Amino acid sequence: MIELVSESRCVSCDVCIAVCPTNVFDAGPGGIPVIARQSDCQTCFMCEAHCPADALFVAPQTHPVPDGSPLRDESHLASSGLLGSYRREIGWGRGRRPGARLAVGPELGRARITPAALS
Amino acid sequence: MSSSTLDLTADVVVAGGGPAGTWAALTAAVAGADVILLDKGYCGTSGPTASGGTGVWYTRPDPAEREAAMASREALGGFLQDRRWMARVLEQTYENMNRLETEARYPFPLVDGVPYKRGVQGPEYMRRMRSWIKRKGVRILDHSPVTELLVDGIGTVAGVRGHRRQQAGDYRVRAGAVILATGGCAFLSKALGCDVATGDGALFAAEAGAEMSGMEFSNAYGIAPAFTSVTKTAYYSFATFFRGDGSPLAGAGSQGGRSVIAAELLRAGTVLCRLDQATPEQQRQMRLGQPNFFLPFDRLGIDPFTDRFPVTLLLEGTVRGTGGIRIVADDCATTVPGLYAAGDAATRELVCGAFTGGGSHNSAWAMSSGTFAGRGAAAFAAGLGAAATRRKLTGVGEVGVTSADESGIGRAEALEVIRREVHPYDKNYLRNGSRLRPALAELDAVWDALRGGARATGGDLPGLRQAAAMVAHARWMYTSALARTESRGMARREEFPELDPNQYHRLTVGGLDTLWTRPEAVTGRGLAVA
Ligand SMILES: Cc1cc2nc3c(=O)[nH]c(=O)nc-3n(C[C@H](O)[C@H](O)[C@H](O)COP(=O)(O)OP(=O)(O)OC[C@H]3O[C@@H](n4cnc5c(N)ncnc54)[C@H](O)[C@@H]3O)c2cc1C
Ligand code: SF4
Ligand code: SF4
Repeated sequence: MIELVSESRCVSCDVCIAVCPTNVFDAGPGGIPVIARQSDCQTCFMCEAHCPADALFVAPQTHPVPDGSPLRDESHLASSGLLGSYRREIGWGRGRRPGARLAVGPELGRARITPAALS
Repeated sequence: MSSSTLDLTADVVVAGGGPAGTWAALTAAVAGADVILLDKGYCGTSGPTASGGTGVWYTRPDPAEREAAMASREALGGFLQDRRWMARVLEQTYENMNRLETEARYPFPLVDGVPYKRGVQGPEYMRRMRSWIKRKGVRILDHSPVTELLVDGIGTVAGVRGHRRQQAGDYRVRAGAVILATGGCAFLSKALGCDVATGDGALFAAEAGAEMSGMEFSNAYGIAPAFTSVTKTAYYSFATFFRGDGSPLAGAGSQGGRSVIAAELLRAGTVLCRLDQATPEQQRQMRLGQPNFFLPFDRLGIDPFTDRFPVTLLLEGTVRGTGGIRIVADDCATTVPGLYAAGDAATRELVCGAFTGGGSHNSAWAMSSGTFAGRGAAAFAAGLGAAATRRKLTGVGEVGVTSADESGIGRAEALEVIRREVHPYDKNYLRNGSRLRPALAELDAVWDALRGGARATGGDLPGLRQAAAMVAHARWMYTSALARTESRGMARREEFPELDPNQYHRLTVGGLDTLWTRPEAVTGRGLAVA
């Protein structure tokens, strides 16, 4: 779920308020959006992909992470490189090459069925 | 109509702005129609394609390649597909994917110097679809869920009503034709991008008199790392599955072994997984192919190639199942004049038969059926001429709209029953009449309680209508599942494990208070025998 709106990074463009498919954000004081309805978050990562300032972080869990979790801690998320990592992966942002240009996955054969005993 | 209601007019209204809705809007606009597209969320990010990305059923116009593509899932689909429709969807998909490159400048990767068009990345694809349709003059209203259809004096669909949640006001659009492209129904399971897919279009269509088809093919569940949303299943073909104690879970697999995972989750609550069959080169390609697949792993500090991580199965219902509104003509017309259906809102049996459309067919169907519906709706609206704007309009919405009493049950109670009777693997996935019947009875009771009780207005109405849509959807699903006393494609019944040649038909289902089913002869087989 959405866990972080970085006040220091946010440029108050309101893009996240517009693009969130489940209307999780509201406009907040001083132009920083607030997470108004976290329980409606569907963990789709789309706000993060569209935020031009790498100011949002979506934890992969479909429930809120506990207080004190590193996935809520801006300095941890920034120093570990997680903040803004989805945009980097899909190549969105100035001067980047669209990830779509490279998106060729492996050939998929028949799915493996787990055998009774592993060799 | 209150004074704050926004009153608009268009030739064609498109409900839903995923791939089906955007291709429909584009095609109608290019055909000369004035088009309004309404999305519950935001056209460009909403729906599973935008967040998930899709493999695409793309083939070159080479007879052998096309034949192989049509034959590949035919047996899995119980031979319920229509070969003529498969051929026209393959042809339309080829054209659309090429236009995506030349007109929307989608950055396809190059393989041996040739653009590789068997997949699209969701955020990139849907962002480009949004700007493309805007360039063609389509008016988009985001955060504007449709709540009901409007009809004229003889029952022809003539517009929609809905709510603008970021403006806290209602709207009404008068239109010559309406296309429902609202997606399938995943019952708020939090599968990737699916919480906007609550089956709204099917409810609206049924209220106007339309029918559903293939609703027994509705038990799709996607694999995700436990406690996360990312139901990207393709790469689990490299997986080995384990019990909680670390012993191999024999027979488990992402295809042809998913029910083993479901059974173990029911029995023990834990299934572990490791993607240990991928070579280093394949691992590298996976990161490029589907970056979002790795979001949970990278963020939780898991190396999926060496660590064992817990997995779960999330309900994807008719998103990766195939049932939906019945289509009766090449232009994706429904049985109701003025009403068209496309994408997951419509049945995909014509191309998928009894099997899932996930992985390739659904995306091809979404863009092709959207194109067919856009053309059909524009022609229908043009045929009405000036008379279109003089019709007297009546809403056909029932549950939540017309109920008089506010004392009955509401959205929260209905969602609780959905969680109890539709999400569980032992009811909807591993189906058995002895468990389906009581679940259906429970859902019927909720329907009656909703119908007798709740009423909402303004910002509360869309949520209540979604709950009603999910209950209706589940009842059509279970009614069809009970009517098919055999196992065909994804519609399996524990007590009828074999395919029954006497049930070689499609199943139409309909009704709101009293449900009915009707077998329908399989079309488009030519001389092919099943
Ligand atoms: C994780 C995942 C991966 C998938 N991968 C593949 C794949 O690889 N290949 C493949 O072929 N298929 C795949 N699928 C299926 C594919 O995503 C769908 O078939 C496709 O998105 C259907 O497109 P659509 O336009 O019909 O519906 P959607 O994409 O669901 O869009 C529906 C739109 O309608 C809007 N809406 C809903 N209700 C209303 C309302 N009341 N009023 C207004 N708007 C409304 C929603 O906000 C949404 O924008 C996958 C599905 C999932 C969940
Ligand atoms: S999209 Fe990013 S920068 Fe823009 S308002 Fe939201 S958080 Fe701030
Ligand atoms: S992850 Fe998706 S649903 Fe959640 S806040 Fe971001 S855009 Fe909205």
